[in-house]
Amino acid sequence: MQLIMPVLLVVIFILAAAVTVTKKLLPAVIIFMFYGLVMSAIWLLLESPDLAITEASVGAGISSILFFVTLRRLKEIDPEKNDGQDVPGGSGGASGKGGDSA
Amino acid sequence: MEQKNHENKERTVSGYIIYRLACIVFVALFVSVMLFMVSGLPEFASQQGPVSSEVSYKYLKDTVTDTGAVNAVAGMILDYRAFDTLGETCVLYAALICVLLLLGHTRLKYSKAAAGYMPGRIDLSRESNPLKDDDILKVSMRVLFPVIVLYGICVVMNGHISPGGGFSGGAVLSGAFILYANAYGEEAAEKIIGRKLYTALTAGAIGCYCLIKSAAFFMGANGIEDPFPKGIPGTLISGGVIPLLNICIGIVVACTVYGIFLLFMKGGFRE
Amino acid sequence: MTYFFDLFRTNLPEASAVILFGMGLGNLILARNLIKKIIGLNIMDSSVYLFLAAKGYIAGRHAPIVDPGTVDPSLYIDPVPTGLVLTGIVVSVSVTAFLLALTVRLYERFGTIDIDRIMIDLRAIEKEEDE
Repeated sequence: MQLIMPVLLVVIFILAAAVTVTKKLLPAVIIFMFYGLVMSAIWLLLESPDLAITEASVGAGISSILFFVTLRRLKEIDPEKNDGQDVPGGSGGASGKGGDSA
Repeated sequence: MEQKNHENKERTVSGYIIYRLACIVFVALFVSVMLFMVSGLPEFASQQGPVSSEVSYKYLKDTVTDTGAVNAVAGMILDYRAFDTLGETCVLYAALICVLLLLGHTRLKYSKAAAGYMPGRIDLSRESNPLKDDDILKVSMRVLFPVIVLYGICVVMNGHISPGGGFSGGAVLSGAFILYANAYGEEAAEKIIGRKLYTALTAGAIGCYCLIKSAAFFMGANGIEDPFPKGIPGTLISGGVIPLLNICIGIVVACTVYGIFLLFMKGGFRE
Repeated sequence: MTYFFDLFRTNLPEASAVILFGMGLGNLILARNLIKKIIGLNIMDSSVYLFLAAKGYIAGRHAPIVDPGTVDPSLYIDPVPTGLVLTGIVVSVSVTAFLLALTVRLYERFGTIDIDRIMIDLRAIEKEEDE
């Protein structure tokens, strides 16, 4: 059972790096939703079922709903500027993720 | 004006790379210092860590006799440390009020203040987008809505005998209402929860929490016998006031999240 | 180098939480898009909760749902960090909601969510007001 924990932690690192590198906003929010789900599984492995159910419903559910509603709201105000594309004005990601020393 | 913008951009570009390199160096230094401190911690999952102290020992030993709840975490956050839960509910309230202040203006149909900021970009004649109903969602909501509400109520009510509690149950309930508002449109959703009922629920639930817990403190401090029975531990009617507090917190969380969602979508309730 | 790998062997979740914190912090400082900054802040929050929950875990014991017959505290993990993290998760979602509302207002005001463009426009407006 303890072999699953390093695998899940590696998946979490890959997801956090993927959020940094992604240029568009909608895939970044979907990856963040999946990050919340894997974090909920890690908490189940650490024997805290209260945290797992709360993170699954609040983190992967409500927080992601708020992000999606914000993205919809950002596109609504200027409908003639972006026709089906992503939000204007800088969708560039960060240029470094830092922290991966050594 | 063009020249000034170009100059500004040039000035930011030249200092830009140094700024970003300095940030990366700072983050790397910070993480290495923290990793050095992690190496001084006791080993993960060891039995002699400092967390295995007297506080957790007392909570685990006395939860069933003091509170009647079988879930030690629920007994802790709703009986021993009920003030922390009250403060956390107040943080939810503060978030709702701040979002209301920031986004409540769109009820005024893209008000003239916003049009003054961005001249020519906001069309004052355009109606703010109401929530319309959706046919595919309607068909699936006929089956899903009672199931989700039942699951939310089950998670809230069983907070003291199984994992769950007020926060996760409230989140599930709010998800049910959000789906309902998206499936049937805003008029049908307002027939279920309108502005008056929403205000009464949100303000009343936190008031009930304060009253019930203050009564429990008062009775405990003066030695009066507790009218709420502790019951047989492990059944539904047990745990004293903890199921009532769970219901109050579930209502508060559900209403807060539903209100924040409506504020983002269309600026609040119809009026 | 072996010191580093030794750290991962003895304290795996805590070290991973620290590295995740660094990734979230880099995202928060270096990203140009406001939504990416908010995602970075959420990643930082999650990593702190992982650290706290990992400090409460003791090997070979169960979740803290007490058996009402026999009361033996050495069969369960520590319930105190779980209570702290429950409060933290709710505070994290409240802060996220507030920051997203601020982002929507900034977009209505400036027309962009790129933080560098917003600062350039702001400085230009302040210079115009000074003159």
